[in-house]
Amino acid sequence: MDLGAADLERYARQLILPEIRGRGQKRLKAASVLVVGAGGLGCPAAFYLAAAGVGRIGIADDDRVQVSNLHRQILYTTADAGLPKAEAARARLLALNPGLMIEMHAVRFAADNARELSARYDFIVDGADNFATKFLINDACYFTGKPFSHAGAVGLSGQTMTVDPGRSPCLRCLFLGPPEEGVAPSCAEAGILGPVVGLIGAVQALEALKVLAGFGEPLLGRLFTFDAVTMKTRLVRVPRNPECPLCGARPTITRIAASTAPACRDGAAAP
Amino acid sequence: MRLIVNGEERELSGNFSVAGLLEHCGVKAPRVAVELNFTIVPRSEYPTTSLREGDEIEIVSFVGGG
Repeated sequence: MDLGAADLERYARQLILPEIRGRGQKRLKAASVLVVGAGGLGCPAAFYLAAAGVGRIGIADDDRVQVSNLHRQILYTTADAGLPKAEAARARLLALNPGLMIEMHAVRFAADNARELSARYDFIVDGADNFATKFLINDACYFTGKPFSHAGAVGLSGQTMTVDPGRSPCLRCLFLGPPEEGVAPSCAEAGILGPVVGLIGAVQALEALKVLAGFGEPLLGRLFTFDAVTMKTRLVRVPRNPECPLCGARPTITRIAASTAPACRDGAAAP
Repeated sequence: MRLIVNGEERELSGNFSVAGLLEHCGVKAPRVAVELNFTIVPRSEYPTTSLREGDEIEIVSFVGGG
C-alpha cells in the first residue's frame, strides 16, 4: 500500500525512525486491529493506533459512555455521555485521522461472535473489563491464529503480555482460567486511576505497532507488570506450559466457549 | 528461613514448598502464577519445589480490569 504526500507529512516524525521508515508505515497502513472494549485500556490503545496510521481499526463495545468513565476513557468528551461507545470512539478516531477505516461493532465480544470478529483483523487488543472476556479473547485468538495483546489494570497496578498463539505462551499457560468470584477485585471495587490504564493501554498500542510493522522484541513470553505506587516494573519470564488446557500437549479446551466464571463488570461503570 | 516474597523480606519457621507457602499466605494456587528466583514454577511442581534460604518468590496475580 503506497504512501501519499499527506501520509509523508502526517507521519513524518515516525517515518524517520529506522524501525519504521516507509516500509513499516506501509505495513501499518495495510494492517487492521480489533480493539475489544473501548474503556480505560482500549481508548488510549485505539487513539495511538489511529494516530500512528493503522489503516483499519475495529471497536467492539456494547456499552454507552457514562460521566464516570471520563476520568480515564480519553476518547470521550462530556458531550458524548449516553452515546454508544463504539459510535463515539469512531467519531473521535476519524476526527484525529480521517483517512482511516474505523469499524463499529456495537456488540459484546462473546462466544458466538468471537471467531468471526477476530478472524477479520490482523491483531487484537484486549481492552476488556472482565475476566471472562479476557480468556475468551485468548481462546478465540488461539483458534483463529491471531496475535494479541493481553492486559489488565486495577487500582494502581497493571500488567500486559503479548501472545502469538501456538508460538508463544498464552494467558492460560500462566493462569489456567478466570479467577473465582470475589478473589480479584474489579475496577468498580478497587478503583482505577486514568494514567495507570493509560500507560498500560499505550504499551498495548506499542506492542501492536511492533508486531504489525515488524520491529523490536514484543512482550512474547514476558509479562510486563507495573506498580504505580512504587514505580516498580517487572518482566516476568513466562514459559510455555505443556499442561496448558488450551495450547498444551493434551488440550481440554477444543472450541471457543463462554467461560463459566462470573464477570467483574459493575453494570454502572465499565473499568 | 528468610525469604523475599513479592519484594518484602519474610521470616518463616520451618520448611516450605511452593504449595506450602501459598497455603501459608492464604493464596489459591490455581489463580496465580509463581516465580521463584525469576523463573516461573510449573504448577504441577508446586508441592515438590522446596524453598531455600534467601529465595525470591513473586506471586503474580491475574489483573482483570480494563
